[in-house]
Amino acid sequence: MFSLEKISIGVQTALNNSLPAFWALMAQFAIVGVLVISLFAVLGLVLVFMERKVSAYMQIRLGPNRVGYKGTAQTLADTLKLLVKEGLIPDGADKFLFRLAPYVVMISAMLLMAPIPFSRNFQIWDINIGVLYISAISSMAVIGILMAGWSSNNKYSLLGAMRSGAQIVSYELSAGLSVLSIVILSGSLQLSEIIQSQENGWWLFKGHIPAVIAFVIFIIAVTAETNRAPFDLAEAESELTAGFHTEYSGMRFALFFLAEYANIFIVCAIGATLFLGGWMPFHVGSWSAFNQIMDYIPGSIWFFGKTFLLIFVIMWFRWTFPRLRIDQLLNLEWKYLLPIGLINLLLITVMAILGWHF
Amino acid sequence: MIYYKEKCRFDNSQNKAGQAKKIDKMGAGSMILLILCGVAFSAGGIILSRILSRSSYNPQKGQTYECGVPTIGKSLVQLNVGYYLFALLFLIFDVELVFLYPWAVVVKQVGWPALIEVLVFLFILFLGFLYAHKKGALKWM
Repeated sequence: MFSLEKISIGVQTALNNSLPAFWALMAQFAIVGVLVISLFAVLGLVLVFMERKVSAYMQIRLGPNRVGYKGTAQTLADTLKLLVKEGLIPDGADKFLFRLAPYVVMISAMLLMAPIPFSRNFQIWDINIGVLYISAISSMAVIGILMAGWSSNNKYSLLGAMRSGAQIVSYELSAGLSVLSIVILSGSLQLSEIIQSQENGWWLFKGHIPAVIAFVIFIIAVTAETNRAPFDLAEAESELTAGFHTEYSGMRFALFFLAEYANIFIVCAIGATLFLGGWMPFHVGSWSAFNQIMDYIPGSIWFFGKTFLLIFVIMWFRWTFPRLRIDQLLNLEWKYLLPIGLINLLLITVMAILGWHF
Repeated sequence: MIYYKEKCRFDNSQNKAGQAKKIDKMGAGSMILLILCGVAFSAGGIILSRILSRSSYNPQKGQTYECGVPTIGKSLVQLNVGYYLFALLFLIFDVELVFLYPWAVVVKQVGWPALIEVLVFLFILFLGFLYAHKKGALKWM
């Protein structure tokens, strides 16, 4: 059966056998670097196309369908268009910070790729504090956003960046609390061990109702953290034109855009890993025949399937809920989600100590 | 890099424990690699676009974009103090979260004492939260 794990192990052993240790390491670095960059490029193309198609079908229209086969080359054409556009820098801008901001956002998105398990043993860095690493790096993106907003010398940008900052730091707490509940249940911060602990069932099912509450809070919080509708008031088109990237154009704008979609993919991948078992196939108790059929599907397909399911849910939100006002948004976090999250955390702790999860 | 566990099912005799250790050492290096990837990706795109695009300058292009109207006054306007208050509150709770991470890992083994201790911890923080709420820090002006 085709599986990423065997390929990675095969490549690894081949490199280690044919090259001296140092060069084998360098070759592995090169392969991983090329893979990550191409994954980013492909993700950008696929997710933008998916977003446009999903929104089109939700509004009963066709969406992009001219360029390429059924419109699949549309985003490629858009990228080419952005590539030949002039990158403007406004006169009053802080030029250094203005140029630096896309790099910060992009690097923080790239760094988040490290602990994500795509398949069994197919992971860039299986760091033993994976969950802490993710929450640490994901809060770096807000620096880039504030930098972009402040350096643009534009009222819209500044307002958008401040809103975005307040929103991201607020919702980080809820996301952190719901992630913590899974850490309590599995007793490890390492993502591969968290997945291993879901071998006999996903935490969403094993953790009963508290885990479901944590999952719902997680989805709401990551929707807000990635600045997606209904929490997209950082770039509310009707009031702030485009929020913190109003003054950006050309490739710098494309980088912000790409980082946003990459972040959506990453948070959905983390959600799938923590709550839905990552690359673990779906098993039902004692149906051994069913379980064996499920085992035949490779782990990477399970991982991408779950991730894209969550991405679809987040895109679905956009066309279901109207945008919130900033005070409503902060009320929702500080008066509802955070207290509920804390109480839910205590419930999960009691459950974990008593061993009620199975 | 692709980390390799000894207890892995596909672990054949040809892969030795020493090799697994060596691959594990590359871990922190992958962070440098990813930073380089990010820089290369962004810089590559921007440089390519600079080569491909035509650029010209006129004073109107450099103006601040405000939907066609020339901007009035300074662009770095004063902002609502609420942002600052929420940032302060965030700081308290974020530090709390960081303290909870090591607790969460061991709570299953330690059992009830851990729960009681964290309840005391959360109660003290909750008092601070109530104080902020009473003072109106959570109200958007």
